[in-house]
Amino acid sequence: MARTKTVSRENLRERVEELSGERVFACYQCGMCSSGCPYAEQMDRLPSQVIRDLQLDDETLLDSNAMWVCASCLACEVRCPKGVDLAKLMEALRQIHLRKALDRMSLDDLSKEAVRNLPQIALVASLRKKSG
Amino acid sequence: MADEKLTQIYIMGKAYDVPVGVTIMDAMEYAGYRFIRGAGCRSGFCGACGTVYRKAGEYRLEFVLACQEMVEEGMHLTQLPFTPAPRSDYVLNELDPRENVLLQHYPEIARCVSCNTCTKACPQEIEVMDYIQAALRGDVAKVAELSFDCIACGLCAMRCPADIKHYHVGQMGRRLHSIANSPMPDHLTERIAQLEGGTFDNEMNALAGASLDDLKTKYAERVIEKAVTEEVTT
Amino acid sequence: MSELTYFPGCSLKDNAKRFEDTAFFVMERLEMPLRELETWNCCGTVYSLTADDLMHHVASVRNFVRTQETGSEELVTLCAMCYNTLSRVAGRINADEEERTKINAFMDREPDYGGTIRVRHVLQVLRDSVGWERLAEGATRPLFGLKVAAYYGCTLVRPRETGIDDMERPTVMADALEAVGAEPVVFPFEAECCGTYQIVDEPHLALEQSGRILQSAALAGADVVVTACPLCQHNLEQAAESLAADVEEIRDIKVVYFTELLAAALGADEGSMTPVVRELITSRVTAEGGA
Repeated sequence: MARTKTVSRENLRERVEELSGERVFACYQCGMCSSGCPYAEQMDRLPSQVIRDLQLDDETLLDSNAMWVCASCLACEVRCPKGVDLAKLMEALRQIHLRKALDRMSLDDLSKEAVRNLPQIALVASLRKKSG
Repeated sequence: MADEKLTQIYIMGKAYDVPVGVTIMDAMEYAGYRFIRGAGCRSGFCGACGTVYRKAGEYRLEFVLACQEMVEEGMHLTQLPFTPAPRSDYVLNELDPRENVLLQHYPEIARCVSCNTCTKACPQEIEVMDYIQAALRGDVAKVAELSFDCIACGLCAMRCPADIKHYHVGQMGRRLHSIANSPMPDHLTERIAQLEGGTFDNEMNALAGASLDDLKTKYAERVIEKAVTEEVTT
Repeated sequence: MSELTYFPGCSLKDNAKRFEDTAFFVMERLEMPLRELETWNCCGTVYSLTADDLMHHVASVRNFVRTQETGSEELVTLCAMCYNTLSRVAGRINADEEERTKINAFMDREPDYGGTIRVRHVLQVLRDSVGWERLAEGATRPLFGLKVAAYYGCTLVRPRETGIDDMERPTVMADALEAVGAEPVVFPFEAECCGTYQIVDEPHLALEQSGRILQSAALAGADVVVTACPLCQHNLEQAAESLAADVEEIRDIKVVYFTELLAAALGADEGSMTPVVRELITSRVTAEGGA
C-alpha cells in the first residue's frame, strides 16, 4: 500500500518567506490586493486575509482554495503600495503541496475532446501551476 | 584461459573480475548471471538490456545497451530491464493526424520543462527532447524523423522528471506520419495483393501441416547466404 | 529590409496558426519579416515564481542560446504568454550572473548563455520600430467604422518591469488598430485576467471572467474584441459560445487576433480570412472615414 503523502505544516510563514523571497510583515492590510483580484469572490479567504494568515502563521491556510483559484494575473503585485509580491506568496503555498507530489490537477480527468480544443499553452501553464 | 586479461567491474555493487574486450552482457554472464529478463536480440535492436553505469571516481551516470557496450575498468553498473510505461489505446485508421493527436493521447508532454535529461539518457543518441517538443506542437513528421532509431529501451522515461513516456509518443508519431505523409510502398501493396489473392496459400498450408521432423530438416537445410547473393547480383 | 528573429511558441503552430499566418503577412508588408528560429522549444509558460527554482527557467534560456547562435541580440514573439515568460526569465537571468552560471553548468551540452538577449513583442516592434505613420500608409483597406475593443489581458502589461505599456491604461494595441482606420473603444476590463489556465480544470472561473470582459466591451459599443494571446482568444471564444444564450449583449460580438485585422487592413486576400473576419470587413467597415 502506497504511503499517503502529507504536506508539512510547521513553520509555515518561515517556509513561505524562504520560497518566495518576500517579507509578509511589510503588508499593512490596506486591502488593495483583495479589491483588485478578479477571483477574490471565488476564494474562501481574500488575498489580504491570506497574507494576514501568513503573518499569524496560521497553518489552516494550507487547506484554503485561494492559492489554487489564483491565476497569477499579478493585479495584486502591481498595485501593492508596499511592493509585496502576493503572487509569489501564492506560488510558495502551491509549491509546498506540489513539492510533496500532492498535485492539484490530474491528467486522468482530462478528456481527449477537451485537450483537442485547448491551445497548448493552457495545458502547459495549468500543469506548471497545479502539478509537481 | 590463464593468460586472459581480466578487469574489475561492479555489478549491482558487487565486485567481479571479467575479461577485457567483451560486452557488458557477456561479462555479466561470465560472472555467473543468467539472463531471464533484460536480454533479447543481443544485437542492439530490441531495447531489452538498458544499462546504467558510472565509472569509478566519476559522478556522472552513463546510459548504454549491455549487448553493445564494452566493459571498462571500474564500471559500476546496474540494469533497468523494464519501464512500467502506460500506452494509450488507439485505432490508427480512426485518428486524424492533422489534429493535436499526440497531445490528446499523451497530455503529459505538456509537462516537459526542456531539461534535456531524456536526450542525455538515450543509448541511441537520439534528440529525444526535440521530438517531444515537436509532438507538443503537432509536428508529426518531425517526431517520426527524429525518433526513427528508437528501440524503446525506456531509459528516457525512467529519468524524466515530468513522467513522460517518450518512446510511446515516438511510436505513435511514426505511425501517424506513415498514414498521413508517407506514400504506400509499391512492394507492400503488391505483397498484400498476393497474400489476399492466395499466392502463398499452398506453401503456408504445407508448412502448417508438416511433421516436426520435416520442419527440423527444413530448418537445418535452409539456405541463407546464397539467396542474398542472388538477389544482390540480379 | 531587416529580419526579426522570431519565437513562435507551441500554440502558434497548431491551435493559433492563423495568428501566426496573419502576423507573417503583416510583417512582410512592413518589410520587417519574421524569421523563425531553426530550433526552439516550449518557453515553459507561466513564469515560475519561487526564489530557488532555476529548472523552470532552463526552457527559456535554451531559446536564448538558440537566438545567440543566429547572431541576433533580440527575440521577437507574438504570443503574449511567451512574451511574458521569456522576458521575465531574460530579466532575471541577464541580471544574475550566479544563476546564469548555474544554468549554463546544467546545460552542459549547449554553448553558454551570455546574458544579453532582449525580448520584444510584435506590438512593441510596430510601435517603436515601424511607427504608426508607416503602418497607416500601408493600409490599403482601412477599417473605417469598425469599433474595436483592444483586449490586453495580463501577460502583456504585467509586471511593470516587462509590461509593454501602462497597465492601468494601455493603448498600444488600440493605437495600432486606429492607425489602420479602426475606431478604438475603451472599456474597463481591457487588462483584466481572462481566466488563463483555469479553463483546463476549473473552467467556470475562466468563463465567468471572460464573459464579464465580453459584456463590458459590448456595452461600450464594440463590434469586435481583439487579442494578442491564443489563450485569451480561446477563453473569450468559449465564453461567447457558452454564454450567448443567457447574456444578450455578447450575442453579436466577435473575437479575433489583432493581426487578423491588421492583415485585412494591409490588403490581405479575402480568401485567406476566416469567415468572422470576412464578415466584419464586408458588413461593418464603411467606405469613408468614420465619424
